[in-house]
Amino acid sequence: MTVVLLGATKGVGRAVARELAARRNRLVLLGRHPDDLARSAADLDARAGQPVVAGTAVCDLARPETFGPALEAAAAALGQIDTVIVTAGEFGTQDALEADLERCRSMLTVNFAHTVLFCEQARPYLMANGGTLCVVSSVAGDRGRKPVVLYGASKAGLSAYLEGLDHRYRHAGLKVVSVKPGFVKTSMTAGLPPPPFAGEPGPVARDLVRAIDKGTPVVYTPWPWKFVMHVIRRLPRAVMRRVRF
Amino acid sequence: MAGAAPRVSDSAARQTPGVVSGWGGISVRAVERRDENLARLTRDVPLTRGLGRAYGDSALPPPAEPVVANSVLADRILAFDDTTGVLRAEAGLSLDDLYRLFLPRGWFTPVSPGTRFVTLGGMVAADVHGKNHHVAGSIGRHVRRLTVQTGSGAIVTCSRDEEPDLFRATIGGMGLTGHILDVELTLARIPSPWIIGVRRRIGDIGEFVDALKAHASAWPFTMGWIDCLSRGRHMGRGLLMAGRWATADEAPRRRPRPLPQITVPFTCPEWVMGHTVGRVANACIYRFAPTFSRPTILHPEPFFYPLDLLREWNRLYGRRGFTQHQCVLPESAGPSAVRDLMDLLTRQDAASFLCVIKDCGDEGEGLMSFPRRGVSIALDMPIRDNTRQVVDALNEFVVSVGGRVYLAKDAYTRAEHFRAMEPRLDTFQAVRRRWDPHGRIRSAQSVRLFGDPE
Repeated sequence: MTVVLLGATKGVGRAVARELAARRNRLVLLGRHPDDLARSAADLDARAGQPVVAGTAVCDLARPETFGPALEAAAAALGQIDTVIVTAGEFGTQDALEADLERCRSMLTVNFAHTVLFCEQARPYLMANGGTLCVVSSVAGDRGRKPVVLYGASKAGLSAYLEGLDHRYRHAGLKVVSVKPGFVKTSMTAGLPPPPFAGEPGPVARDLVRAIDKGTPVVYTPWPWKFVMHVIRRLPRAVMRRVRF
Repeated sequence: MAGAAPRVSDSAARQTPGVVSGWGGISVRAVERRDENLARLTRDVPLTRGLGRAYGDSALPPPAEPVVANSVLADRILAFDDTTGVLRAEAGLSLDDLYRLFLPRGWFTPVSPGTRFVTLGGMVAADVHGKNHHVAGSIGRHVRRLTVQTGSGAIVTCSRDEEPDLFRATIGGMGLTGHILDVELTLARIPSPWIIGVRRRIGDIGEFVDALKAHASAWPFTMGWIDCLSRGRHMGRGLLMAGRWATADEAPRRRPRPLPQITVPFTCPEWVMGHTVGRVANACIYRFAPTFSRPTILHPEPFFYPLDLLREWNRLYGRRGFTQHQCVLPESAGPSAVRDLMDLLTRQDAASFLCVIKDCGDEGEGLMSFPRRGVSIALDMPIRDNTRQVVDALNEFVVSVGGRVYLAKDAYTRAEHFRAMEPRLDTFQAVRRRWDPHGRIRSAQSVRLFGDPE
């Protein structure tokens, strides 16, 4: 399998890349900083014990003009792209985003508009050979909730896009995997008190890779979040207004 | 598949937010920051910690600046040369990762402490030693180059040729010379992933010291477990373990499977590690542990890391936690010093549940490195009302024979005892001042022992 990863230098993306490297998949890493990409590429090659990273290219979700050239470079390095995985994204607490409109605009743009644009540009590469598009959304997009109004809205849009994509192109051979992690202990969430069922990047990455292998359209990880969100989606508004989550 | 093994037990992530603890249970209110980018993360914090296995206050920030960087997310391998074994990695890479990735490929850390849940940065900062100290020295001997962010914010590469003073001070410098960012060291080639070794029952402490010396010439790995709760003529009885890597002919074909681990689910009541339980448990281990004087194939995990099979074992010691007193008694102190120390411990009415003895080889290059030629004794003690007096008495003895204590384990040593043990301190402090003129880098321990300002 050949895989293009956007966001493989940090957090869940780093863990996913290590999972794939351990099974000797061929990878191209896309990210913001060439130095950081080079360090991650070296890490993956060393862990695999053989070269697995076919190339790296600069691609920044804040700059859509980087998407096309990055994907082109990836396709050239791999020959054929089987899978595209997007783990990159921005996060901010509700308080921080409310206090800083510029940051809020950036988060909404990166997490929704630009991620969708990236996927749109990746789609033709995948549809040509029945590939998989795997994007990390969030449980935060499942229901409008007090602590994640803005972040959740960006992820709700993303989840809706991924679902629509699956409905529209499944028959044409494109597999879309929408990953909805609960709280995962990464640098993105560092400093926040972990809630019950908080996950580690390693197990979350294994769930993600398994979902790609099986072509599961929606996967909650760690698994208890499937049931947590099942309940939260059904809570009446009167309750949601009262509770803190 | 390497990726399928369990993640490193990250004690820090399991703690209450806003509280940072040493492995023995001492805790302070402090903020712990983590990020993949170690250089950025450590720019304005007084200290970096790793997996939190320092027993005392080595990895706790100073009281006046309660913030500490955690390196565990900076865990990338930057280069590995399969012909020379030279590995360069970010300081947060765990020995657990290293073990899982490289053991199957015929490489192992040249020096291993008693747990895999440590980071490379922590191993260098404590200049850890292992069962093979008498032949391989401590980890510092195998470190080639370090990248350090100093207190003045400069990122400095140091080695035996470049900035050798910073290099030597950082090895065993308890993270006080700067934040270790990258580590380059040489791994050891191993003929197979299995150990072959012997285990012997030893009758008393005198016999023990002789047996360690006798086995040292034939076996690269040696260590002894002492039943510290036996008295009189049985004082210092125990088990001697010795081993080496099995050759490809001796070793089983299959790879050693990762062993199941049990987690201590909660903080236990204090009687669990009390006198009575301790005496019975130690006597049982002494009497019933299988011994074999014919070399036998052993799994590397229980050989190197017996305590890692019991996750969160520090919870056994109860709410007040535990401390370890590890000292090295120099060869010049004579063979009776070990017996005198055991005698002293007995007189203090101190229960040491776990006591480990190891003979040490020559002193390393690290300016503040712990091991030196002689015998090292490590005593795990639950915290009781008299713990401070016990440590004081042990330290007075250590000072009197010219020994020293291991900072990575220490929480109770007094500054005056430490100064008496460490004629090297002034040289070390001079190097620190050169690289950190404003004295920004410090720990709770350096405030307690080194005379750093709060």
